[in-house]
Amino acid sequence: MNYDLLPYLLAMTVVGVGLYAVVCKRNVIKLIVGIIILDYGVNLFLLLTGYRHDGIAPILTPQADRQQFADRAVDPVPQALILTSIVIGLGVVALMTAMAIRIHEKYDTFDLSQIHQLKG
Amino acid sequence: MNGMTLIVKQVTKLVIGFILMFSAYIILYGHLTPGGGFVGGVMLACGFILLVLAFGKTFVNTILSDHALTGWDCVGALGFAAMALAGYYAGAFAANFLARPGTFKLFSAGTILPINLAIGIKVGAAMAAAFIALTTFHPEHEPDLRGTLL
Amino acid sequence: MPILLVLIGLLIFAALAAVEAKELLSTVISVGAAGLILSVIFVVLGAPDLAITQVVVEVLTLVLLIRAAVMREDSTFEARRDRFVIAVGLLGGGILLTSAYFAFATLRAFGQPSMQLAQGYLDQGFERTGAANYVMAVLLDFRAYDTLGEATVIFASIVGVYVIIRKVGKHHHERHDTHR
Repeated sequence: MNYDLLPYLLAMTVVGVGLYAVVCKRNVIKLIVGIIILDYGVNLFLLLTGYRHDGIAPILTPQADRQQFADRAVDPVPQALILTSIVIGLGVVALMTAMAIRIHEKYDTFDLSQIHQLKG
Repeated sequence: MNGMTLIVKQVTKLVIGFILMFSAYIILYGHLTPGGGFVGGVMLACGFILLVLAFGKTFVNTILSDHALTGWDCVGALGFAAMALAGYYAGAFAANFLARPGTFKLFSAGTILPINLAIGIKVGAAMAAAFIALTTFHPEHEPDLRGTLL
Repeated sequence: MPILLVLIGLLIFAALAAVEAKELLSTVISVGAAGLILSVIFVVLGAPDLAITQVVVEVLTLVLLIRAAVMREDSTFEARRDRFVIAVGLLGGGILLTSAYFAFATLRAFGQPSMQLAQGYLDQGFERTGAANYVMAVLLDFRAYDTLGEATVIFASIVGVYVIIRKVGKHHHERHDTHR
């Protein structure tokens, strides 16, 4: 068992919990929560690939030594990607909640097994 | 939609100025301290949502209507596109072409400041409009959206 | 790092509590707790921008979910457990973790990133862009075109919300007609 990979495997476990919620739950709100947890897991995994041991945040202060900063800072590129991903996740949750509200107005329930008409 | 009790309204009146000023600080100084356009925009939306929840939608519509929110959303998006196209002045798309007097100051990062501002306005107006649409539109009366979706 | 492993373990626990709760309000509050634990993980991993963003987006997600979904009447409760679907779900999760274990053997060890792209940005970023926050420099100067695409995606999702909420369904009109 390779203990160096343990943070990555735990991040994939979070993805697995979100995937389980999307596949196995019948309530639409639990499905939305599953997709939110899937987002958390993927963002965490992306950030873990950019971490440096004893790293400092990539923000320069006027008193910092430039060479030491370039040697010790964590990777800023995954952080930029995850920043946009978090805000896009918020937009996706708003869209899914709009669909859930429409489903509730039409069928009076959040249960997916009662929703059996694809047209209308 | 109704507002809440008197205590909530008084506390909101005291606090809303600080919330809006803090989100403006996060947007404008995004190139020097942690923050930036996205976080500042979501904080602006949160301040607006606090106003709607505390005072009711009919009162807030006299300050900023639904049409105006979608209008500000488009202004932010077009501002970003305009700054990126203006980069052709320096030779490339989205090039950093503005002057940079000094380091670690407000105007020391060129085009990053106007782009942060445009993104802050865009994300704030978009999230506030989404909240208004999701929570205050009732199916009995169709919302009057003529003219806002191009 | 032990503190990181403990925090990710807490995140898994909060996520499981959110998925398995019986009441919708408990689910939404557990997701809020998971988001806050994730924000602390971001601080431990050296990403203060992400921590602020995660907290604010988490609060807005909670407000959306509670105000829009939980306050409507809900007539579902999961009485019968569909054992086949749960077994398939757990089997899928097991296959995911096993294949992840074998696939991650090709990744670099945790704590030693390759930094092929970022070393150039870290060495010269301050002179080329003038920004002290390197995440913003990468997002808005070195990779500004990707940020334009991301602003377009947010715009599209908000327009989608407006279009979905706008029309009243045919079923609703028929129900109202039969009541008269």
